[in-house]
Amino acid sequence: MQAIEADSLVVRLGKRNAVNGLSLRLGQGVHGLLGPNGAGKTTLIRTLATVQSPTSGTLSLLGSPANGKLRPVRRRLGYLPQHFGYYKRFKVREFVEYLAWLKEMPSARIPGAVKTALERVGLTDRAEDRMKSLSGGMVRRVGIAQAIVNSPDVLLLDEPTVGLDPAQRLRFRELVAELGRSSCVLISTHLVEDVAAACTDVVLVSEGSLVFRGTPADLATAGTTEHVGDSPIERGYSALISANAGGAW
Amino acid sequence: MNRGPRGGTAHPSDQLLHRYSHDQDIPADQLWAVESHLESCGPCRGRLAPEPIAEAVWAGLEPLLDATPQMPRTRAWRRVHAWVSPAAGPWLAMILLVTAAAVALDRVGVVVGDRVSLVVLVAPVLPVLGVAASWGRSLDPAHELTAATPRAGLPLVLRRTAAVLAVTVPGLAAAGLLTGIGVVRWLLPCLAFTVGTLALGTLIGVTRAAVVLVAAWAVVIVAPTIAFSRTALAFDQAATPVWAGLLVAGLVVTAVRRMTFTRLEGNR
Repeated sequence: MQAIEADSLVVRLGKRNAVNGLSLRLGQGVHGLLGPNGAGKTTLIRTLATVQSPTSGTLSLLGSPANGKLRPVRRRLGYLPQHFGYYKRFKVREFVEYLAWLKEMPSARIPGAVKTALERVGLTDRAEDRMKSLSGGMVRRVGIAQAIVNSPDVLLLDEPTVGLDPAQRLRFRELVAELGRSSCVLISTHLVEDVAAACTDVVLVSEGSLVFRGTPADLATAGTTEHVGDSPIERGYSALISANAGGAW
Repeated sequence: MNRGPRGGTAHPSDQLLHRYSHDQDIPADQLWAVESHLESCGPCRGRLAPEPIAEAVWAGLEPLLDATPQMPRTRAWRRVHAWVSPAAGPWLAMILLVTAAAVALDRVGVVVGDRVSLVVLVAPVLPVLGVAASWGRSLDPAHELTAATPRAGLPLVLRRTAAVLAVTVPGLAAAGLLTGIGVVRWLLPCLAFTVGTLALGTLIGVTRAAVVLVAAWAVVIVAPTIAFSRTALAFDQAATPVWAGLLVAGLVVTAVRRMTFTRLEGNR
């Protein structure tokens, strides 16, 4: 059994299929979800996070179908949405505690788990500060802290590195590598370099369909010097996208 | 005051013993009395010596206490937000403010149409705003985070709705007493609109449902009341069964379509 098993997943949004017959199996490790804007990355992550119902196809998370009782699965899920909304008047600690409560963690475990999560994102000294006093990068780190507070088996992060400075991105890569040893981590990003550095595995989507699945090294070999990009992996990315959609834009 | 074991000096109080053991300033005569007492009294020497078990327990507890420095306050705070949506606070305050304003206007003689009090006119739409703030996409910034958690669903929606009603209904009850408006004229419309927001919310999302219901109320009831200066049928006693029917229908739809609240579409 894999942590995420999707078969012929279709998600219709308005008149178009944002996810178009996508099949995917993901187990332990750090998986990078790459694709141009509008490729359906966010819709796919939302569907895997069980907040968006698929129009057709089947999805099973941690061995249970994701269309019936969602509660047991959601307790083992961590999710950072692309637009991370928060309560400005909350203190950092209170916000993560509230999310831990929403995730039905046992009360006795919450203070310890919140402390650990804030430590892991380096925000222990800001725990008693209000959310509104944080910088963009810090807010993103609170987003990561709330996602990992319940030690999830499936961790879905939608554009987690937006707003992080280079040093914080390095620390983030270390953190996800650590998390990927025991759980299934899926990181959606449009930054090819993040994937090259942090992921064991790349999933490339374009127009709602799976275009490529392999290691970052495999992705690098797909490109030639004729393709657009500053690094082999970027050239591989543009080669695969242009072959599929006629342009990297 | 206890006497010593062999009729000696009195046992020193805990406070005095504590000050003695911590080298705090004690008057010379008391210091001497304590010292001479301790020489002859084993139990008091025991009180002075640190208890090994207590020490061990304390050593184990201390880091845990450090980790949870504000437990009682945190628990109380979490209990509040187990019911009240963190986004709803300002809206609940606004609901009370609007109720107070309606009463004030009523008291100075501002009425609409054929003696329709503003309290009756605002009663149905007040809880709708609270519900939208509790579950709607546009007013709850963390709606997507909440929707992905195991607690998302009808039970949490109902808790948050109950919190809204717990503020709105007593406010309106007080307004009713101050203006002499009977309970039946505002309570049923208020409840019907609250449940209606949830029911319609399962079909088109809570935010849109709130907008539709407030607009419908304004266009169908409030505007004609003002324009034609006559009491709308909705405020009549005879409308009571209609409101009751809408309330029940709303409850049924909400219950049947409750799974919508576990997905993002419930917030739209």
